[in-house]
Amino acid sequence: MKTEFLRAAIARATETMRAHNQELTELDQAIGDGDHGTNMQRGFDAIEASADEISPLDLGAALQKAGMTLVTTVGGASGPLYGSLLMSMGKAASSEPTDRASFAAVFSEGVDAVKRRGKSDVGAKTMLDVLVPVLQALQDDGGDAVAVARQAADEGLESTRNMLATKGRASFLGERSVGHLDPGARSSALLVHVVCDLIEESQ
Amino acid sequence: MSESVSIVIVSHSPQVARGAADMVREMVGEEVQVAHCGGNPAGGLGTDVMAIKSAIESVYNQKGVAILVDLGGAETNSEMAVEMLPAEMGERVVICNAPIVEGAVMAATEAAGGAPLEAVKATAEEFLS
Repeated sequence: MKTEFLRAAIARATETMRAHNQELTELDQAIGDGDHGTNMQRGFDAIEASADEISPLDLGAALQKAGMTLVTTVGGASGPLYGSLLMSMGKAASSEPTDRASFAAVFSEGVDAVKRRGKSDVGAKTMLDVLVPVLQALQDDGGDAVAVARQAADEGLESTRNMLATKGRASFLGERSVGHLDPGARSSALLVHVVCDLIEESQ
Repeated sequence: MSESVSIVIVSHSPQVARGAADMVREMVGEEVQVAHCGGNPAGGLGTDVMAIKSAIESVYNQKGVAILVDLGGAETNSEMAVEMLPAEMGERVVICNAPIVEGAVMAATEAAGGAPLEAVKATAEEFLS
């Protein structure tokens, strides 16, 4: 069951990054250096190439290996950022999360790692503007977990549109970064949707 | 012989990294060890955590290593590379918040005089003030 879920998650995430490569690239061209789409696709292609090795592992080990793969193949800041997210979740997932609260606890470790790695937090027009609201929605314990996570991701993504970037390349643009969605927030929202879809389908 | 702090230059572009390293060698000479790396794992513009780690290891000595980076991803990937080193090595490696070319030349000049790692970093970062 878990192996199948991991295999499906890898396939779906890779497919999603491939399908949105151009969109992420265009978002990044507007406020960054235009490599987010190709970098994410390269990272997930590498994870997919190791799917036979990763899928049978315990969830913790699988997340750590997937994270390390992103760190070593992405080539931009998103490698260590997404890599730290997955690796820290992997370390926290020594016993597999069985419910919403235990999953939120594991996810929380990953989000904290992204904050440390990026020296950032919500409001700086980054992936954290999606990840932090999703975490809060899961911790709040109201509503259907999948539904609230999706909604938090979508609202978080949209919230980046009118933010002023203070981190990363986009911060060089100052006021000109306002009016554009953040590419890292977009890729995070896409991945939240992938996980939500798979959980829903497996129920 | 007395060792000097070594310099590692990390750019998104292999040519920029090499050019900056050439300038350091030209201006400071060979007594400071300089390593450079640039380009993502696929050979395009970007940086590569494992290549940065190898570059650090190639010039590491007890006095330490000062890293100069160009843009955001180079810094994040360098931090990741430093954390992947054995702890006793990683604590002797610092990332300078300085312009890559000027910072590298200033850091190497300071290092050539035998200065400790903290002084090398401070000198590189003087460009900011």
